[in-house]
Amino acid sequence: MGPGGTCWRGAGVTGGVRRWLSSAAPLPRLCVVGSGPAGFYTAQHILKHHGGAHVDIYEKLPVPFGLVRFGVAPDHPEVKNVINSFTQTARSERCAYYGNVTVGRDVTVAELRQAYHAVVLSYGAEDNRVLGIPGENLSGVYSARAFVGWYNGLPENRDLKPDLSCETALILGHGNVALDIARILLSPLHLLRQTDITEGSLAALACSKVKRVWLVGRRGPLQVAFTIKELREMINLPGTRPVLNPADFTGLENAVKDAPRPRKRLTELMIKTALEKREKAVEVQAGAPREWGLKFQRSPQAVLPAADGRRARGVRLALTRLEGSGDSAKAVPTGDVEELECGLVLSSIGYRSLPLDPTVPFDTQRGVIPNSSGRVEGVPGLYCSGWVKRGPTGVIITTMNDSFDTAQSVLEDLQAGVLDVATSREGFGAVESILHSRGVRPVSFSDWEKIDAAEVARGKAAGKAREKIVDPQEMLRLIGH
Amino acid sequence: MAAPGPARLLRAAAASSRRWLFSASPATGTRPGRGSAAAAVRTARLFSVSAQAALSSEDKITVHFINRDGDKLTAKGKPGDSLLDVVVNNNLDIDGFGACEGTLACSTCHLIFEDHIFEKLDAITDEEMDMLDLAYGLTETSRLGCQICLKKLMDNMTVRVPEAVADARQSIDMSKNS
Repeated sequence: MGPGGTCWRGAGVTGGVRRWLSSAAPLPRLCVVGSGPAGFYTAQHILKHHGGAHVDIYEKLPVPFGLVRFGVAPDHPEVKNVINSFTQTARSERCAYYGNVTVGRDVTVAELRQAYHAVVLSYGAEDNRVLGIPGENLSGVYSARAFVGWYNGLPENRDLKPDLSCETALILGHGNVALDIARILLSPLHLLRQTDITEGSLAALACSKVKRVWLVGRRGPLQVAFTIKELREMINLPGTRPVLNPADFTGLENAVKDAPRPRKRLTELMIKTALEKREKAVEVQAGAPREWGLKFQRSPQAVLPAADGRRARGVRLALTRLEGSGDSAKAVPTGDVEELECGLVLSSIGYRSLPLDPTVPFDTQRGVIPNSSGRVEGVPGLYCSGWVKRGPTGVIITTMNDSFDTAQSVLEDLQAGVLDVATSREGFGAVESILHSRGVRPVSFSDWEKIDAAEVARGKAAGKAREKIVDPQEMLRLIGH
Repeated sequence: MAAPGPARLLRAAAASSRRWLFSASPATGTRPGRGSAAAAVRTARLFSVSAQAALSSEDKITVHFINRDGDKLTAKGKPGDSLLDVVVNNNLDIDGFGACEGTLACSTCHLIFEDHIFEKLDAITDEEMDMLDLAYGLTETSRLGCQICLKKLMDNMTVRVPEAVADARQSIDMSKNS
């Protein structure tokens, strides 16, 4: 600890705490619904900037961390380092974690609002957008959300058992989730073996016949939603060859000359890869048995059934042209169609939030809770953060900033007296009796730490970072519930 | 500006939040085990903490951080420490700094440098550029703190923490409102 920090901090602590204790104001009791990054970052910011606040975090599953555990790809352990700071937050004496509690079923939002001075909804996007095309329900067609949930051990997707017996997979979507899936499908097994990918999915991938993955988007290279880190990773994936059509990139170098730096660099990397491919094609082809590629300006019209009428054998795509430019460009069908053969179809066209409770306003069009800086419209004392606030996009820093923004609103409202803390609230005490009466037993953070230790131990035995427990009943048995 | 009641509350809040942070500070060895990268980062940090103790103060390099609220935080580190090490080892209170713990998987340790220092920094890698592309408030002299290691020539330099939110919303810091 450096001298500067010591002085600065030491001076504030004693004086401040005494002042705090001498004031008789009741402590703000707040709760957060959802223990993903949005929930934890919101809680963290409130706790840090308000020394008296107490924040309870509710989670539907027994285990915490939402998409950090169930969304972030297993071969991206660095991103999961945020769990360390979330763990510090959860261990604070002014924070409590209650897993295995489904808000909206086990306890209502109205009941939470009775028990707390403020409620923050950070429950994310548990559903996905659907294609709405014929054949979507054929065998071999999966949502990206379910596929990601499967390889990451999300309980509801543990029995997905995707059919990987075909050679060609088609992913609909040009976002980071699409690239994650392509990478997991094509990664050499030894790169996955030591990660926390589930045992079951690793075994399935070991038998996978998939060696070609197409990522298909309705719009062009200038509209892709993935980020450059993920693209570069895909381009550099060992034993795998990128297939980009140079014609798709004609004239784009000029078009991005004055674009913002991220778009410019992302586009330049695609162009470079597309051109490089030509030069090195022969040499790389020999060593790379697997390949992936980006297909642009193609909108899915139908998943085509195989002769048995049950399985998918391909997708019919409508060719499109772009109207307008940049992010707002619209894909309009040209009237031409093409068919692409594939046995596996993954739709990665976006996650979707669901309304929680009829008492909470919800914009079904945009799939978000209408809000202003996280204050839920028309419901004082109710807030939202993360994907349910702004829609299912962005990387960890986006959610972090967004959650700090909501936390800031809560702090402002505490400061301005908009949130009336004069009347004390019972907090978890009140919720506990409700849960008890409904036969619900919450999982504490120390319970989670037991599950965590068991998972790490199982992982160690198998030479990997962690072996996730995928059955909630097994988690509960482990902690004696 | 604030009424006596809230002001008291605010100061108290800020002070004990520091204590909260302080008691829950990292590098105590109690954090859950992660991947090897994080373990290496932790080991490196522990090492740099102990190595720091052995160095006399004149070997150290002073860095000034201008925080989001305009506050100046001053701290020292030894040559070779990254700016993320300096923030962590000195418990500097910068919201959300270093979320991925220096593994080039986020851009939360984004810092803005003075021109004359920026020009002398080691060349930037594609990977750092990739993460910087996702940073908020990117400037011509932006770098990631986890990738910049202290050198003598940086003594007394000032780096700026960029605004977290894209809009011009006034950030509320309850510790400064007394």
